[in-house]
Amino acid sequence: MARPVNEINAGSMADIAFLLLIFFLVTTTMDTDSGITRKLPPPPPEDMEDIKVKERNIFKVLVNKNDRLLVNGEPGDVRDLRRQAKEFLANKNLKSGAVPEDRPEKKEVDIPLLGGNVWISKGIISLKNDRGTSYDMYIQVQNELAAAIRELRDEMTQDYFGMRFDQLTDEDKIKAIQKAIPVAISEAEPEDIGGK
Amino acid sequence: MAKFKKKGGKGTPGISTASLPDIIFMLLFFFMVTTTMREATLLVRITAPQATEVQKLEKKSLVDYIYIGPPQRKALGTDSRIQLNDQFAEVKDIREFIELGRSQRDESEKQLITTSLKVDKETKMGIVTDVKQELREVGAFKINYSTAKKQDSKK
Repeated sequence: MARPVNEINAGSMADIAFLLLIFFLVTTTMDTDSGITRKLPPPPPEDMEDIKVKERNIFKVLVNKNDRLLVNGEPGDVRDLRRQAKEFLANKNLKSGAVPEDRPEKKEVDIPLLGGNVWISKGIISLKNDRGTSYDMYIQVQNELAAAIRELRDEMTQDYFGMRFDQLTDEDKIKAIQKAIPVAISEAEPEDIGGK
Repeated sequence: MAKFKKKGGKGTPGISTASLPDIIFMLLFFFMVTTTMREATLLVRITAPQATEVQKLEKKSLVDYIYIGPPQRKALGTDSRIQLNDQFAEVKDIREFIELGRSQRDESEKQLITTSLKVDKETKMGIVTDVKQELREVGAFKINYSTAKKQDSKK
């Protein structure tokens, strides 16, 4: 009863596949999205009092509407910002809490992977910008600050684990370094300083 | 010797194309997997600023985009506008947009949603700050400033 079935011609399969291929080639966007990731702070509660932070623990960066920088009260330049921020946050000796008068204080934290109780910097970078600041400038400043923190982390990872921070694969080690050098960038509540 | 001579003289046989579909299919699957459809039609002009410290955005399905830039149609002025999905929006519309984004994701993924800010570099910070304040209010804390990668000359 069963007749021999003719084999289906598969010659056009390639054509169909080609058609689909070209469709996906055209619609594809290969560029991967990248950017600077930040975490916003939750909105302050109504009855929050201003937290007092000692002057020496703050590294103030102000950007005005003309994209000029004021770094710790003195006119600054984006190109120097990375070095200045690094100097401010640098923490060469984790074992001791003693710091010179002009440097940010340290606090003791328990990080087992870095050898128990260590002293980490209490320094905070305070970033304030005007409503008229250009977004480009803002990103440049954010970038330099991020670079400073990344370089510090790299150095510390090199000292303790012998590799760069981005080469670390052990989740605990990453956490430890992140704890020792946190992204201490605080953005001030927006304020209209210079008008539009 | 004669044994070897037999082969020649007949002309080369045609290359078999039977495996062609397989090769094409392989390419096809590659592009199918890597493809991501355009998220929205851009109504605003965006030239991303450049930065060196960029991180890749993981898991595109968990990213919501907010575009800010001058409108592409000159008639609408040159001031930066916000675009959500396929239309212009105001700062107050962001709440709804974020809520909608949340409702489309699983419960476990809600904490992982990143909001990507694609902002033109000529934009003033005022509007960006407003958007950031609104995002704080809504509780979308994870944000990403979309930037292009610049080679670090100091390295």
